[in-house]
Amino acid sequence: MRRLAVYVLLAAALTACKFNSDKPALPIMGNREAVTKTVNGKQVIDTVYQTIPDFKFVNQYGDTITQKSLKGDIYVADFFFTTCPSICPVMHRNMLNVYKEFKNVPDFKIISHTIDPKHDSVAVMKKYADKLGISGNSWWLLQGNKEDTYNLGQKNYLVAVKQDDGTPGGYVHQGWFVLVDKKSRIRGYYDGTDEKQVAKMIADIKILRAEVNTEIAQ
Amino acid sequence: MKFKVIVFTAIMLCVIIVSCQSDAEQEFKRYYTGGAVIYKDKCQNCHGNNGEGLSAMIPPLTDTAYLKKKRTVLSCLVKYGIKETIVTINGKAYEGTMPANVDMPPIEIAKVLTYIGNSFGNKMGTIAVEEVNSNLEKCN
Repeated sequence: MRRLAVYVLLAAALTACKFNSDKPALPIMGNREAVTKTVNGKQVIDTVYQTIPDFKFVNQYGDTITQKSLKGDIYVADFFFTTCPSICPVMHRNMLNVYKEFKNVPDFKIISHTIDPKHDSVAVMKKYADKLGISGNSWWLLQGNKEDTYNLGQKNYLVAVKQDDGTPGGYVHQGWFVLVDKKSRIRGYYDGTDEKQVAKMIADIKILRAEVNTEIAQ
Repeated sequence: MKFKVIVFTAIMLCVIIVSCQSDAEQEFKRYYTGGAVIYKDKCQNCHGNNGEGLSAMIPPLTDTAYLKKKRTVLSCLVKYGIKETIVTINGKAYEGTMPANVDMPPIEIAKVLTYIGNSFGNKMGTIAVEEVNSNLEKCN
């Protein structure tokens, strides 16, 4: 009997421990590799996560935007074009909810890359922003070299973007919103056409903002 | 005897009126529910779940007076879209392009218009395929 009580207590204690360490955390996504490095004369194995490399685009105000402009920020990236007849309106209707939630937060941004830079000039993007009802610097519409944009989408954000004259509007793209943390690591993918997933993303951004800059085990 | 005939006729008339009404009602329901599916597929992305539109970019479908006034051209707008025209909805100007649906058969246009015309605060009754057909002939 006494023994049983001890077991029960032990089990309870263990559960309590588990509860304590069970803070909500987001996974780190993308490719990774293990590297061996020397710290204080000892060999240790460290994980190197995939990060978004530097880029250079222009926003709707004509300002040059590089990764430095996003330093210390959590951000959401997506791909669109202003004349898109299919999924963009619903994506940006949902993104507007994200914008409204975080527009006064200093460490959060939204960047929307156009995949049709030939048509979507800075002036066109500004007009789109005005019509959408966004202002300030918390949501940038980025325009730049087409190859750079496509490469960034396919190789770094790992979402599909390509030109295809056979589809409505002439471009194939998926409606992913990609969540990136302060260390340029991908932390989540959300279907931008699905209101529920976008609501989940808003909740996840809050988790990410609360995350202290420590290493997160998966 | 005469009284009986009158009562019988009156009852028959009532039956006919009621059954006709429910025919019309059923037709409306057929159009409306079919239209809801088409709306979701073809219109909702831009015009929204509740016909609310999108900011100053895409007009809402809640301007009851506008839809009533434009009843005869709505079929043409659905089929051929809108290009670079400014439309004023709820007192606000919208400029832009609405995609065409040239392959949409008249019956589907009728259904989706019946759905829109009786949702989001609109009460336009059934917009039947005959009406759509005759309006489509007048598109310019």
